Amino acid sequence: MSEKQFSNPAVRWIDHRLPIFSFLNHEANEYPTPKNLNYFWNFGSLAGISLVVMIITGIALSMSYTAHVDYAFESVERIMRDVNHGWLLRYIHMNGASFFFIVVFIHIFRGLYYGSYKAPRELLWILGVVILLLMMATAFMGYVLPWGQMSFWGATVITNLFSAIPGVGEAIVTWLWGGFSVDNPTLNRFFSLHFLLPFVIVGVVVLHLVALHRFGSNNPLGIDTKGPQDTLPFHPYYTIKDFFGLSVFLTFFAAAVFFFPNFMGHPDNYIPANALQTPAHIVPEWYFLPFYAILRAVPDKLGGVLAMFGAIAVLFILPWLDRSPVRSGRFRPIFKIFFWLLLADCVLLGYIGAMPAEGLYVLVGRLATVWYFVHFLVILPVLSVIETPRPLPQSISKPIFTGGGAMAGAAAAPKEKV
Amino acid sequence: MKKLLCVIAAVLFTSPVFAAGGGGELKHAEWSFDGPLGTFDKAAMQRGFQAYREVCSGCHSLNYIAFRNLADLGYNADEIKAIASEYEVEDGPNDEGEMFMRAAVPADHFPAPYLNENAARAANNGAYPLDLSLIFKARPNGADYLYSLLTSYVEAPSHMNVPEGMYYNAAYSGNMIAMPQPLYGDDIEYADGSDSSADAIAKDLVNFFAWTAEPAMETRKRTGVAVLIFLVLLSGLSYGAMRFIWADVKK
Repeated sequence: MSEKQFSNPAVRWIDHRLPIFSFLNHEANEYPTPKNLNYFWNFGSLAGISLVVMIITGIALSMSYTAHVDYAFESVERIMRDVNHGWLLRYIHMNGASFFFIVVFIHIFRGLYYGSYKAPRELLWILGVVILLLMMATAFMGYVLPWGQMSFWGATVITNLFSAIPGVGEAIVTWLWGGFSVDNPTLNRFFSLHFLLPFVIVGVVVLHLVALHRFGSNNPLGIDTKGPQDTLPFHPYYTIKDFFGLSVFLTFFAAAVFFFPNFMGHPDNYIPANALQTPAHIVPEWYFLPFYAILRAVPDKLGGVLAMFGAIAVLFILPWLDRSPVRSGRFRPIFKIFFWLLLADCVLLGYIGAMPAEGLYVLVGRLATVWYFVHFLVILPVLSVIETPRPLPQSISKPIFTGGGAMAGAAAAPKEKV
Repeated sequence: MKKLLCVIAAVLFTSPVFAAGGGGELKHAEWSFDGPLGTFDKAAMQRGFQAYREVCSGCHSLNYIAFRNLADLGYNADEIKAIASEYEVEDGPNDEGEMFMRAAVPADHFPAPYLNENAARAANNGAYPLDLSLIFKARPNGADYLYSLLTSYVEAPSHMNVPEGMYYNAAYSGNMIAMPQPLYGDDIEYADGSDSSADAIAKDLVNFFAWTAEPAMETRKRTGVAVLIFLVLLSGLSYGAMRFIWADVKK
């Protein structure tokens, strides 16, 4: 990293000894970014900001929350009623979880479409999947904290999954619970871990960013940047674009927080936890529904658990399943179709996850689960061999094609000369 | 495995699909608090509060509401003191180590009608009258649900056998409810001479419980309007700034 000469002598003095200003200048100011990024590239920064919002509101909430089975529910209601703007903190945190997942899901599907997981960005992708796993664990434990009916029964169902592990399953569940049922020790440790994990996520996000800045962002054309004519400095071009994206995101977020704060929640969670009364339908939060559908699709319990974790595990090896050298789905006519099918399949799984496991829903859930795995394990490897990609532009700024019809990429790269 | 099966079985067999008599049917009504700009109807809330005191509070607690919260209904400090002083709450221990009863003050919460759940069940044929503070938010479509529940005590269909101590309610999931019909019309005399038909009282109660479930609702929506106006303007400005900065970039 080259040392920049700053005009302010104090900054220069510090920077010579501790080059944080050079670092920030290099990574957030000059940082060369492809000039053709579309709005789907806004969701990375939105995810980071969502994480910060969750941590800030979460710390404020923890100051008034009581992690005890006799007081947790009441303390949340106290936050809603007696803490100054407690209702706002709590609704931001509650809806923030949903919006964080919306943003992250869009971010992931953007990566899937534009092949952002391919060399040399495999570790960047894998770190992202680690963040997703940590987010899921954090969100699950956070949902338990208000100690409503869904909190309690969701915790009971999900922790019980570990009993599927042969031999030691029951012992592991007892160990997780800190007792023989979901009870006060469970609530206490979930609170502790729910506080800890977001900071672990911050750590992995830092690694994610280090890996990102090694080769820079992928872009809609999926080709490498060839020089300064292909890039723009991050500031002001992408700082302002991210700021605009943030304003729009916050508008939607605020609409939910202020006008539909309970739309994505479940009414049963306003009933205090009761170990003697099972809710009519135990459903997880919406962002877990596709995984819940996969879990229930397999008639065997251990099989279901393996399939559910497998649905994430398959993402870890994705860079080696899709061997096509072309990154962007724009130049892969068959891949593109299967991408949209996968997206539809995930939405369908989410719908099935919300429905009772009976009748036709079971069959559709199973087919959708099979399709999910077929997409990753069969279709992507086969496509990498049989698909003929469309010709790629030579560079981002020079949309001249290496072969094939000139019309093929006309939409992808408009007619401007350098 | 056994545990999961138990949970799944419990889910299946307690679900409304399996309950005898099928799910409840809801009536729909217009509510002042509906919609992004909805507000509480204070007069209706005061009537609902009176109805809660005279009809519901014999069995149902209102644990999350303190007398001081009644300011939201339009009562002034003296009126709230007067209302609170009509209640007795347990306090203590005093210097002798004894618990004692005293008149409630605005800072106290509404005292519950029963000491604990067991006492409540013993007095109610084994059924537990729920706390009503959050009932509005704890049911899907809370407003219409509570309104329907309170006004759907009808004759049971001839093929249905209503057990002793249970009542038929068309809006209740499974139709068999342990709560006897609470409203018959003219159950109370409103100070402002308002309509005291069962239907009108039920609506007043819904207005009251919409407030007990979320006293901050009006503040929330009012704040939301200001925040949204700000964010829409901010989005417009930042879009303009973005176009300005990107103007010199050649595609």
